[in-house]
Amino acid sequence: MKPSHSRKYARDTMAAYLYLAPALIILIVFHFFPAFYALYLSLFDTNLFGRWNWVGLGNYAQLLRDQDFLRSLANTGKYVLGTVPVGMALALVIAGLLNQRIRGLATYRTAFFLPYVTPVVAISIVWTWIYKEDSAGMLNAVLSWFGIGPQAWLLDPKWAMFALCLMSIWRHLGYNVVIFLAGLQNIPAEYYEAAEIDGASGWAMFSKITWPLLSPTTYFITIISIIGSFQVFTQVYVLWPNALGGPLGTTRVVVKYLYDMAWGSYQFGYASAIGYMLFAIIFVLTLIQRNVAGRHVHYQ
Amino acid sequence: MSKARKTAHMTLVYILLTVGAVMMLMPFYYMLSTSVKAPEELYVNRLVWFPSKIVWKNYADAWNEEPYFPRYFFNSAFIATITTALQLLTSALAAYAFSNIDFWGKETVFMILLGTMMIPSQVTLVPNYAIIARLGWIDTYKALIVPFTASVFGIFMMRQFFQTIPLEMWDAAQIDGCSRFRYLWVVMVPLARPIFVTSGLFTFIGGWNSFLWPLIVTNSDHLRTIQVGLSRFNQEFGTRPDLLMAASTLAIAPLVALFFVAQNQFIQGIARTGLKS
Repeated sequence: MKPSHSRKYARDTMAAYLYLAPALIILIVFHFFPAFYALYLSLFDTNLFGRWNWVGLGNYAQLLRDQDFLRSLANTGKYVLGTVPVGMALALVIAGLLNQRIRGLATYRTAFFLPYVTPVVAISIVWTWIYKEDSAGMLNAVLSWFGIGPQAWLLDPKWAMFALCLMSIWRHLGYNVVIFLAGLQNIPAEYYEAAEIDGASGWAMFSKITWPLLSPTTYFITIISIIGSFQVFTQVYVLWPNALGGPLGTTRVVVKYLYDMAWGSYQFGYASAIGYMLFAIIFVLTLIQRNVAGRHVHYQ
Repeated sequence: MSKARKTAHMTLVYILLTVGAVMMLMPFYYMLSTSVKAPEELYVNRLVWFPSKIVWKNYADAWNEEPYFPRYFFNSAFIATITTALQLLTSALAAYAFSNIDFWGKETVFMILLGTMMIPSQVTLVPNYAIIARLGWIDTYKALIVPFTASVFGIFMMRQFFQTIPLEMWDAAQIDGCSRFRYLWVVMVPLARPIFVTSGLFTFIGGWNSFLWPLIVTNSDHLRTIQVGLSRFNQEFGTRPDLLMAASTLAIAPLVALFFVAQNQFIQGIARTGLKS
């Protein structure tokens, strides 16, 4: 390397880090460092102020025996299974309907998308009343048209998780529709024209053209939906304000449990361990999905 | 497809879409209609779908019951605006370095940044709270703003765009005696305007809607954001659907208005994130 060149490289490096500095400082202090600090905290029994007792992996060992934690994991799992597949299937159907060169596309799209921009707190308050247990609740009023009697959607342990999932599907549907629609519009129309000439059925076109070519989109939505679902909190907090999350704890999800441990009982070390378990689970799921995707996702 | 079959098919498509759209909008209708109902149509053992008279006073009542509502709105607007402006600035600066400068450690730093995107924010919740407490920032605007003034996603989105601007332009600008910063400010930023709008929209909405973080780092009334304030209002007035729906409508309205103004940028921004992966 010529001296003049290496001097320019050194100067450029200086300049680059000056430009990076504001973002890097914030990201290091509030994203990068905390990821390790959380691990450190998880090795203590601490309230962050006076109490700092080293417990090593004790928090993790306790977590694996903690029935409340295991239940919150199971609840989160139910929530993921109750929202992701149904939400994605519905979104795909709606995107497919919207993709038929219909008139008024923008209006329909807006109707489906609107819930997504609403704040979770405000909309959860609205749904609290939609789910009202008497006949004044909107869901019960609608069901009464079909002769179905009122249910205590939020108070009945049988229905609480369903209520949580239904509201979440409603709120996220539009986001998935927009992404699916973009994916569908990205498939060249010639493929369908060629298939039509060959006399392919609607189902054949879907399974041989749409589904494989849409797989990168499907993969993307699956990943972000699962990651997002594991982090659900606000809905639970607002729909059941005075409980530990749902009747008999049926909707107490992992992040709600983390919140209760940290800001309810000041077990910050234990809460950090919960956070790390959540991270580990999401990480492993992402790896598994990447593996599956490697075999089944077709990029054009 | 025959013409008759095609018509039948399209009719079915429109029916399904319309039924779906009506179902999606029903909660909004419920919220709006309840927010203007009179007590005698509210506290009956059935749902009154169409209020016989419109009681706007519910809005005034909700507003007056919680003297801090104006403050909550101001706080959320203030925090979301400042956060958005600063995040766009730090993202543009960092994206410029990643896209236009060849420097030592570039790939490594970029990979580490992308790696931090994998970490869910719930993992860093407790340590960040500890850091904010250690800094003495609990119950300050700083706690609500500073941690969100940089975003890997924002940097990434802007870098993608900056990379499409040919480096020859920088060579030409240099000959004209243009400094790096001036070049970024005068040439690149105006070109990247659509990215600024989209990225800014997402950040603003994220700031307005955020709940868990402001819930844990603020205690006093005058620092509460609208979401935290609304959640408190809900716990206090849990038996007053009229007031709750009026307050919810007010909290949702600014976002719905923003969405209608910038609908295309918003939808294209989301569609693009899906296609890129």
